[in-house]
Amino acid sequence: MSRIARRFATLKTENRAGLVTFIMAGDPDRAASQAMLNGLPTAGADLIELGMAFTDPMADGPAIQLAGQRALAAGATLAATLAMVAEFRRTDDDTPIILMGYYNPIYAWGAEKFAADAARAGVDGLIIVDLPPEEAGELVPFLKAAGIDFIVLTTPTSDDARLPVVLANASGFVYYVSIAGITGTGSASHTAIDEAVTRIRRHTDLPICVGFGIKTAEQAAEVARIAEGAVVGSAIVSTQADGGRPLDLVRELATGVRGARKRG
Amino acid sequence: MQSLNTYRAGPDERGHFGIFGGRYVAETLMPLILEVERAYAGAKADPAFEAEFRHLLTHYVGRPNPLYFAPRLTEAFGGAKVFLKREDLNHTGAHKINNCIGQILLARRMGKRRIIAETGAGQHGVATATVCALFGMQCVIYMGSTDIERQMPNVYRMKLLGAEVKPVTSGAATLKDAMNDALRDWVSHVADTYYLIGTVAGPHPYPAMVRDFQSVIGEEVRAQMLEQEGRLPDTLVACIGGGSNAMGLFYPFLDEASVRIVGVEAAGHGLDKLHAASLSGGRPGVLHGNRTYLLQDVDGQIAEAHSISAGLDYPGIGPEHSWLHETGRVEYVSVTDDEAVAAFQQCTRLEGIIPALESSHAIAHAGKIAGALPKDHLMVVNLSGRGDKDVSTIAKALGDVHLGGLV
Repeated sequence: MSRIARRFATLKTENRAGLVTFIMAGDPDRAASQAMLNGLPTAGADLIELGMAFTDPMADGPAIQLAGQRALAAGATLAATLAMVAEFRRTDDDTPIILMGYYNPIYAWGAEKFAADAARAGVDGLIIVDLPPEEAGELVPFLKAAGIDFIVLTTPTSDDARLPVVLANASGFVYYVSIAGITGTGSASHTAIDEAVTRIRRHTDLPICVGFGIKTAEQAAEVARIAEGAVVGSAIVSTQADGGRPLDLVRELATGVRGARKRG
Repeated sequence: MQSLNTYRAGPDERGHFGIFGGRYVAETLMPLILEVERAYAGAKADPAFEAEFRHLLTHYVGRPNPLYFAPRLTEAFGGAKVFLKREDLNHTGAHKINNCIGQILLARRMGKRRIIAETGAGQHGVATATVCALFGMQCVIYMGSTDIERQMPNVYRMKLLGAEVKPVTSGAATLKDAMNDALRDWVSHVADTYYLIGTVAGPHPYPAMVRDFQSVIGEEVRAQMLEQEGRLPDTLVACIGGGSNAMGLFYPFLDEASVRIVGVEAAGHGLDKLHAASLSGGRPGVLHGNRTYLLQDVDGQIAEAHSISAGLDYPGIGPEHSWLHETGRVEYVSVTDDEAVAAFQQCTRLEGIIPALESSHAIAHAGKIAGALPKDHLMVVNLSGRGDKDVSTIAKALGDVHLGGLV
């Protein structure tokens, strides 16, 4: 069983949803980012999304754009990101790590080689924003062979005709992007998220995590009552950038998520 | 080099030209991209759509524009007969309007009321703002702040036409960054917004659709050359940023084996320095919805391009050009900033035509090869736009001596 499947099985026995936290690898520099990554599980992160910086992050809002720019300015590379994961794995063999980013750096690395190298480093899943099912065939078979989950994004524009196409490649969990927009901007209503998650469940048995626009412990708790996971990214990245205490925010978010009880 | 029966069959049903093209966009956009594809297929099959497109090209854009034999450039180059395809005489002053007419009709057909576009030199922004005024639609133009500074007259034109011009400050604040922000806008306004892409790039069906709308250029050249000289041209030359004026000229001739076809990229300060020549200095990658040749580092991070011409200042190129490059059907070369500025002056002084800095790249290359060709060799250079917008850039490039003469 993969780390991701194990983690969701555990969460199920605890009758709670998971907190999924996003940070940008290498932001603001390698050492600080590694310390942050290593501190996330203790602060309450159940799964970790690690951003792979890219010069042209077309689906990201200002907070994550700036995080990527800071990381690149400090010398972030895909190789360094994999090294961060390998370093993390020396002390944590349980918390799933999902790399999130854009396709070109992976294409430049070589899709097949990257899948193998990422698996060796201890990566469990991949989210590639600009690789829809129409193009995913050039990467997914290599991920499968390497034992890495391909986490698909579904959105408010994924209707009942589109969902089966998107979900055909899915493994690990399904990431529901709760607003038609970029990261760190508006938030969807509780009702809209509830409806969307219900609709996705008709098409898959995979766990569903909801992200985009979740900033506070209250919002995270609300999502945790509906879905198997709440994803928080921009709020954590911004807190770090503003000189705040991002791990304190993660602790608050975790308290919110853990205090919420799933209905039914 | 492959040998093919036809170079005009692409893309395949998934939008690929060989390994290039495709639809590398966020899932939020995919249903919309598929909707654009269906709507365009429907429009293409609808004679009423074609009729309205042709009507506007004739009566609004002013087509056909001339294929002008340029006697003094021909004499100066000392060889081939040089003809200029006068896209600069179109309404709004460049080839960009051809595509905008086609896409605004499509947007109306799809029931969209809000139009967004990216622009580099501002020619596409002006053309988009123009058709939005004509059709009474809301218009938002994304333009890098670097380009806003060097193309100020076009910025003001867009505003006069009723468009909102949104400055983009990320990256080098040029065309690539404007396209990023346009895509972010689109993801955020999927219900009511149509993205009117200005070049033969982006996700399928844009590269093929923009090519189709621009093919009127090559179709006219074919008819005009047959009428004037009784035969097809021998060589075609066009500048390439994304490559829409070039695709429009080239496409109708791709299967004419006797026609030599040359695309001219911007070599900026030189291919060993900062430039915008994706085919000469890049390698295949994925950006802005398609796989194509890109300027990038070893890690797949996109490099900043440089060209004195804002319209060519882009680290990528349309995917069909990448494919034509790899198949060997089209020859791709490059011209530096300095060479383009010299050609700009030469065309202005000898023909009384002020060419866009973009088009000046094509003229510069024509000047390099025409001299070695026989006097009966027919060479068509696409004069893709007029250079009024570039006057201040040229003044700056030529320095105080020439400025002193001007004022």
